[in-house]
Amino acid sequence: MTTEAAPLTTAPNRVGFSQAFSDAMTITWRNIRSGWRVPDNQIYMFIQPIMFVLLFAYVFGGAIPVPGMEDDPDAFRKYVMAGIFAQTMAFAVAPASVGLADDIQKGLIDRFRSLPMARSAVISGRVVADLTNQAIVLAIMIVCGLLVGWRIEDGVLRFLGGVGLLLLFAFAMLWVGALIGLSVGSPQVAASAGLIWLFPVTFLSNAFIPTTTLPGWLQPVADWNPLSAFVAATRDLFGNPNVFATDGFPAQHPVLLSLIWVVVITGIFAPLAVRKYKKTASK
Amino acid sequence: MNAITAEGLVKTFGSGEKAVKAVGGVDLVVPEGTVVGLLGPNGAGKTTTVRMLTTLLAPDAGRAVVAGHDVAREPQAVRSKIGLSGQYAAVDENLTGRENLWLFGRLYQLSSKEASKRAAELLDQFNLADAADRTLKTYSGGMRRRLDLAGSLIVHPQVLFLDEPTTGLDPGSRLDLWDVIRERVAEGATILLTTQYLEEADALADNIVVIDHGVIIAQGTADQLKAQIGGERIEVIVHDAGSLDRAEQVLNLGSGGQCVRDDHVRKLTVPTHTGSKGLIQVIRDLDEAQVAIDDIALRRPTLDDVFVKLTGRHAEGATQAETTQEKAS
Repeated sequence: MTTEAAPLTTAPNRVGFSQAFSDAMTITWRNIRSGWRVPDNQIYMFIQPIMFVLLFAYVFGGAIPVPGMEDDPDAFRKYVMAGIFAQTMAFAVAPASVGLADDIQKGLIDRFRSLPMARSAVISGRVVADLTNQAIVLAIMIVCGLLVGWRIEDGVLRFLGGVGLLLLFAFAMLWVGALIGLSVGSPQVAASAGLIWLFPVTFLSNAFIPTTTLPGWLQPVADWNPLSAFVAATRDLFGNPNVFATDGFPAQHPVLLSLIWVVVITGIFAPLAVRKYKKTASK
Repeated sequence: MNAITAEGLVKTFGSGEKAVKAVGGVDLVVPEGTVVGLLGPNGAGKTTTVRMLTTLLAPDAGRAVVAGHDVAREPQAVRSKIGLSGQYAAVDENLTGRENLWLFGRLYQLSSKEASKRAAELLDQFNLADAADRTLKTYSGGMRRRLDLAGSLIVHPQVLFLDEPTTGLDPGSRLDLWDVIRERVAEGATILLTTQYLEEADALADNIVVIDHGVIIAQGTADQLKAQIGGERIEVIVHDAGSLDRAEQVLNLGSGGQCVRDDHVRKLTVPTHTGSKGLIQVIRDLDEAQVAIDDIALRRPTLDDVFVKLTGRHAEGATQAETTQEKAS
């Protein structure tokens, strides 16, 4: 190193929007690039979605009848696909929580905080990267779905609406993951804490079964399950068969209810995650 | 001008009965172009002090000015002028060496092109060019630390903070890293270095600040600190306990009665002002008196001796060599 003048930044104490954006993109690049080199993530992104589609389409496909469509041999495949899509979007919790917990444990967050960068970029870069990955996973699943007999039946615009809604769901769930990742001590704990509660949530919903098959007292629970709202709304927008056990608000307005859930989940978890980040980072 | 000025820094963690005062009023002045070694055992408050000086942690009381900017009021200005290399190699192990440095360069607000150029320069400088495009998973511990250090030098920082840069490294890698740090020093960098290795502070720092339980218990140059506990001395271990009396007489004669005797380990210690000449004289005298000796050494005071004198205990990070020496003596 010589005494040549270094290209130092002019350093305001509050960073502007353009710097916050460019830093977020830099961190996004890092998260995607680094994440794709982890075998776990490759399996999560490329193997697991294909496996789920094939398993549900061919293993359960003949075993679970969809009410009102007893004559259609592809009925269950048409029915279940939206459920698998929504479940996979909910699993966005995992990469967000593991990624942040890992960065804390390895001291990378401290490193970032000692640099003249926008502090918000650590979180926003995580969310943008994971959302991008979720979009790729969703695209893979849609192609697989089309191959096994699932169809988009209500036109391109409503299909895009459904895709948008699924990504909004992933966005909301990323904040839940961020809060978990920032709260637990290690990526190992984050991995299990991020997913374990999601299994009952996904199975006690309309994702894989018509809720009419559940015991009577469980039917309203499943119909009001937030995940069910997204699944039903997606089925609605894709023109796929939809079945409700109870004829309440969830059955009447699935899209509206999903949008309300996006606002509620994000509204609660995003501020909590940001607060936790500020607190964790100043320890 | 001073690169670092800190006055009365205090940081307490927790509250009520559980409150732990990690740093209890630290004053620090580091003139530009000098290296200060913050020396202390684990939990002494070294890292907390560094975290306050690098804007990662807000002090409960006191103030600090680093590279001309107040850490509390102008943190972003401070961050753009410092480099920090932490206790753990804080790098992304799934990225290559080049990608890591590019990433840090971008976050120091260099353009993509500048960041690439700087990454290539640093990889060359730190002898990592051959491994530049391998992911860090394939790097050794020493290589990771070098890359971590390179990451803190992206913008030619005015002040460099190295928090235990060699902890956990094997001796060879540690010496390599010392060389890298010495090069920075030769270029006039101001460095604050924390370490639990006494010989590390001795080897690298102009001034040493000894910290324990969150307060500074001594400071000065290595020589000044050593002078506090006296100069060189000769240690003799005689072959059999029966010859201790005779040997003591001989040594008292030569030193004017300053010989200290330890029957338990058959050891006699005597101060000397004549270095190796004194050592040769003692050997001659003992030989003449027909005292058989197991071991004889000219011992210079180490910083561990200083630490024992100041705190009544050994620094936990005392190196293997020093510890063995303590046991043997």
